[in-house]
Amino acid sequence: MNETQRRIEAVFRIEWARLVAGLARFVRGDLGAAEELAQDALVAALETWPSDGIPREPGAWLMQVAKNRALKRIDRQKRWEKKETEITQAMEDRQECAADAIEEAADDDVGDDLLRLVFASCHPSLSADSRVALTLRVVCGLTTEEIACAFVIPEKTAAQRIVRAKRTLAESGAAFELPRGKELRERLTSVLEVVYFVFSEGYVATAGGDWMKPALCEDALRLGRILAELMPNEAEVHGLVALMEIQASRIGARTLPDGTPIPLFEQSRARWDRFLIERGLVALKRGEALGGTPGAYLLQAGIAACHARARTPEDTDWRRIVAIYDQLAATTPSPIVELNRAVAISFAEGPAAGLAIVDELANLPALERYHLVPAVRADFLSRLGRRDEARAELERAASLTKNDRERALLLKRAAATQN
Amino acid sequence: MKFMILGHANKDTEAGVIPSSEEFEKMGKFMEELVKAGVFVAGEGLQPSSKGARITFGKGGKTSIKNGPFTESKELIAGFSIIQVKSLDEAIAWMSRAPSPEGSTLEIRQLFSDDDFASADPTGELREQDAKLREQADKQHGKS
Repeated sequence: MNETQRRIEAVFRIEWARLVAGLARFVRGDLGAAEELAQDALVAALETWPSDGIPREPGAWLMQVAKNRALKRIDRQKRWEKKETEITQAMEDRQECAADAIEEAADDDVGDDLLRLVFASCHPSLSADSRVALTLRVVCGLTTEEIACAFVIPEKTAAQRIVRAKRTLAESGAAFELPRGKELRERLTSVLEVVYFVFSEGYVATAGGDWMKPALCEDALRLGRILAELMPNEAEVHGLVALMEIQASRIGARTLPDGTPIPLFEQSRARWDRFLIERGLVALKRGEALGGTPGAYLLQAGIAACHARARTPEDTDWRRIVAIYDQLAATTPSPIVELNRAVAISFAEGPAAGLAIVDELANLPALERYHLVPAVRADFLSRLGRRDEARAELERAASLTKNDRERALLLKRAAATQN
Repeated sequence: MKFMILGHANKDTEAGVIPSSEEFEKMGKFMEELVKAGVFVAGEGLQPSSKGARITFGKGGKTSIKNGPFTESKELIAGFSIIQVKSLDEAIAWMSRAPSPEGSTLEIRQLFSDDDFASADPTGELREQDAKLREQADKQHGKS
């Protein structure tokens, strides 16, 4: 690709989501057709922009070209069928399109189109895998090759997921519209899940050279920030953005050069990205300012913020973290939340208090084979000076984990507990 | 990846001329577009160099101070923004839309990230050292 082509592709990437979103409404929710038309517009841009230069309003240019193609396509189809009724229909379609265009010019709000697109690609009728693949394709503008690379799946599989998702959407007749009221809440949950899944996929500690992974974090962050502007009154959107910003601030600090994860309390906090922390705290404030019972993302962001605000691990406001975990345990109870709450309590009130909670958790069937339970227990025991028991727990944790790196780390800690 | 956009100074910025409300509005709209696209990270405008100073470091730590204004306005910075995008091309594509006056220049520079030092510092030792220094600096400046 030469420089001009790269420039054009970059402009195209910026416009992609809005272009597909606008076209999707134009073709009444057919995402496949919308994507094809957008691609056609890119081809047209690559043909004309190198000589004519990039237009002042590239988005409007691309939209116009794509819409013209759509109209031509309808015309061609109708002529082929040579039925008068359909020609009339085509005329009507055209008039409707013209009406659409006027309406669009009137409110000049592409935001709703974009939201419709996001809600469609995260539609509950799609499997989790399909939602993620389709969102990355039609909203974030990743190529199937990039998606395949990010999820370490064959390109064919990625392409199939997207095709299948578009077909399912078309067949289910899911309307390309904004959900309202109670439905909005449910559908929003699905959207936020997809965004956080993409982020987490990028966030898992990986060895160097895996360049697609951190890029996923950036895609998710950007999508989250876009959603926060489109739905400024949804506290959980701000909560998720805050959580992602603050977690992303630790990306440079949370692994050794060979990819070994560094625990939160051993990370060099000066390496945390202050810009992202600042953004995260602002997003948290926006979410909290909306009032109401905070949801799981906002609460988790609140905990992340406590860590982000502490200059050293000793400065951590553990009482506040315990209080937030109490809220989290009330709204979204889970053994994992309890385990984390126990850790927070161990720092706020001492290891014995933490141990009492974990001892109860250890008997839950769901956590029987979960390696973090003995690992956390070991930490409390060793802080209480019960080294032999701590060592045994670390060895048990090592035997339970499936992750090689983690096992090595646990065994190392067990060995260090010997003396 | 993050990029810093440096807006170069001109006669107006150096004279401390406040942009007209129309210019403000255009710039505000552009910034809003960056924010809505999830690209904008931070940004500030700088006062004229007449309100600043330069320190030159000589032998043995000897410093000489020169108060502003500085004459070579082309080398002066009038403001900066930080954006987070996927490539230099994307940064260029975004900033080409800035409502900057005719004859003005925007400079686009990529910020270093930890990964950029990986090859020069395979053990992470140097980065560790750097991080400690920053930590100290932050403490001194009483950052939260």
